[in-house]
Amino acid sequence: MTKDKNLKNGAPEQVNLEKGTPVKGTLGEALRSQGVSRRSFMKFCATTASMMALPPAMIPTIARALENARRPSVIWLSFQECTGCTESLTRAHTSTVESLIFDSISLDYHHTLQAAAGHGAEEAREVAMEENYGNYLLVVDGSIPLDNPGYSTIAGISNLDMLNEAAKGAAAIIAVGTCATYGGIPHANPNPTGAVSVKDIIKDKPIINVPGCPPIPVVITGVLAHFLTFGSLPELDHIGRPKAFYGQSIHDRCYRRPFYDKGQFAETFDDEGAKKGWCLFKLGCKGPTTYNACATTKWNNGTSFPIESGHPCIGCSEPDFWDGGGFYKALSMPTVDLSQTAAYAAAGAAAAGVAIGLMNRSKKNTSNKIHVKTTLEDLKK
Amino acid sequence: MNPAETPQFNIHAGNEFTWNVKPILHEIRHALQRFLDNGETSIIDLRSIPLAPGEEESIIETLGRGEVQARLDVLGASEIYETKYTGVWLVTHYNDSDSIVSRFIEVTEMPDVLKSQREDVVHALNALVTELGTDKT
Repeated sequence: MTKDKNLKNGAPEQVNLEKGTPVKGTLGEALRSQGVSRRSFMKFCATTASMMALPPAMIPTIARALENARRPSVIWLSFQECTGCTESLTRAHTSTVESLIFDSISLDYHHTLQAAAGHGAEEAREVAMEENYGNYLLVVDGSIPLDNPGYSTIAGISNLDMLNEAAKGAAAIIAVGTCATYGGIPHANPNPTGAVSVKDIIKDKPIINVPGCPPIPVVITGVLAHFLTFGSLPELDHIGRPKAFYGQSIHDRCYRRPFYDKGQFAETFDDEGAKKGWCLFKLGCKGPTTYNACATTKWNNGTSFPIESGHPCIGCSEPDFWDGGGFYKALSMPTVDLSQTAAYAAAGAAAAGVAIGLMNRSKKNTSNKIHVKTTLEDLKK
Repeated sequence: MNPAETPQFNIHAGNEFTWNVKPILHEIRHALQRFLDNGETSIIDLRSIPLAPGEEESIIETLGRGEVQARLDVLGASEIYETKYTGVWLVTHYNDSDSIVSRFIEVTEMPDVLKSQREDVVHALNALVTELGTDKT
């Protein structure tokens, strides 16, 4: 065998090209140490771009940024919640590509998922907060009761105190689920615990709202990926939601939209219109007033979303969705007695229809005051 | 209920409502023209477009299969093939549960993910050098 010029003292010299050697302590190095090839990483980046609703042209930028991203410490606090958000997230974790995102963060406290319990768990939270002060990401699911701190405590600490303490050293806060973002079901009338959202309490930190009951798993991972990629929070809408996922209404992205435009509606759940897959607007679909990514990202690994399964959107990513006047009531129907529209009509509106339109626009506000229970009769309509 | 009485629901796109198929095919046509004119490559993310059940399949069926196909084993499988329209590729990424995690139409000579990556070549060269170093024969 001819001696290779790279061989010194009979031993081959390791090739160490600068390009292709990931920087220490970065996600790129972590992936390489796990045996993840560059080709696999490109697949990961392509899927991440799709997940973040970024144009495919951004894939090389994402690859460069993610490769050099450092693992952030994440502290996850669960308050008045049903664990549905965590359940949704852990379903995302079954996917190899999404699991890479979780491998790239250091989840230092999550009392449902962590092995430690009791004092050990709380100590882990305190240590992570101290060691990463000013830099950790705080994720919150669940609302916070203000009426009586005793309604919800962890290790004897009220939710309010724990949130205030953890928020102090956080670089940013991600409120996950409709309870943390807008109060959600605990906040619904009559709101017995005085439940409020994270944003109602914390005023001096950047907060990103990821609503949904629960949020779509890839939306949660997409937001984390964005933070890892760009080191900042994504562009938000007027109620703090990332525009990439909540920038368009369900209605605008719904494949049944052309039926709406043509005036073809299902009137009941088993009529000809329903069988033909027509628009569910008259069955109470809240798609026109709901902003979320369900229509394109879909659920259960992209299988479908509620409207595709024949059920109207209930608007779970919107504030006060539970008090919206009934899941099966069309948006065009007033949520209050028509006589109450007189105040609007008196302003000069010639027809009651105009008044109804005004009422619908103010629905979000009135829904706080008027709680209409959905009865069996409503479901039969 | 007698199976014969089971109501049939049309949640799959029939011929009457495949509104998004033709516009996407035209988008591919325009991309192919740009590629021919000035070499500009394009990627269309099929998961970012609102498609009715059956529409994605309809697009894929229309594009058909061409001469080249590859299956990658990278974080789950990936299937890549050139459609019957040369220069138009379908790239489908699966996770390890064989669920589709992303799907793209690429208009290019060859999708980048198929090419050997420089970082992997560096790693391969190191591995080969190590292999030769331990081989005393």
